[in-house]
Amino acid sequence: MDAIAFGVCSVGSIAAGITVFRVASMARATFALLASFVLAAVPILLLGLTYLGVLVILMMVMEMMIMVVFMLMYMMNPAGLMPMKMVHNNRVSTIVAAVVFVVLAVGATVTPWPHGGRRSNADPTKALGLDVMGPHMLVMVIIGLVLFATMVSAIVLASARGRYDRYGDDLRVRPPQDPVQGGLGGRRRGGLQR
Amino acid sequence: MILSLYLILAAGLFAVGLYGLLSQQSIVMIMMGIELAINGVIVAAAAVWYFIVPGSPDAQTVVLVAMTAMAVEMGMGFAVTTAIFRARDVDMVDSASDLKG
Repeated sequence: MDAIAFGVCSVGSIAAGITVFRVASMARATFALLASFVLAAVPILLLGLTYLGVLVILMMVMEMMIMVVFMLMYMMNPAGLMPMKMVHNNRVSTIVAAVVFVVLAVGATVTPWPHGGRRSNADPTKALGLDVMGPHMLVMVIIGLVLFATMVSAIVLASARGRYDRYGDDLRVRPPQDPVQGGLGGRRRGGLQR
Repeated sequence: MILSLYLILAAGLFAVGLYGLLSQQSIVMIMMGIELAINGVIVAAAAVWYFIVPGSPDAQTVVLVAMTAMAVEMGMGFAVTTAIFRARDVDMVDSASDLKG
């Protein structure tokens, strides 16, 4: 039963992954990617990693919902109504990907993998929790810092006009230098008088 | 179920992602390729935990790190796309080759 589920889900996952780059519609590509992630999470669940498998599924569902919005915003061909070519260097890319797959698959098959150590009876989720709060706490601390840096730099990159654009380098320019005067800051001087 | 089947699945996901990130023109599609490749890493790490080191949760920590890499990659990717789209109306990598050596 597990073997059937593994076979179906892994083949489906790779097929959905290939679909991502074959459909013309960007919305369809995003949902194909979501299908690939969910199907790839099933083998993880089969290994008994309930927490990580569910985490992958939940995170990917949210991420793809956000992604589909960005896809529709930025893609040349959001709805796929107009057939167009969106790849460059297709031949070389295909060859490189195929070679990498063959090398990795052969390596995975012929390598004499060591056989598993003693399986502990503890719940893997609990073991993971104790691990990241103990021996691997440094990893989690760095992850936290990286995520924080990502939040700050993503906002800095994505914002159109920050406060230094509006209030000058020393933040003292009043009213703010906005292209269109308005809002609470700009109107006071001269506009509406009671 | 054996380890090599899981690793072949991971290799397949990685290779499909690699094809995507080498061949796609749109920045967002390249990010999708990177996500697929990282997902291969996640599957491989989970399999290594189960089949090789079931006694210690180190491989599970690798899964957490890979998921964080995915989230960071997506956040920064969309920020960069937004910035370059706003500045130059560019949504394809072919138009953003300023740093090409």
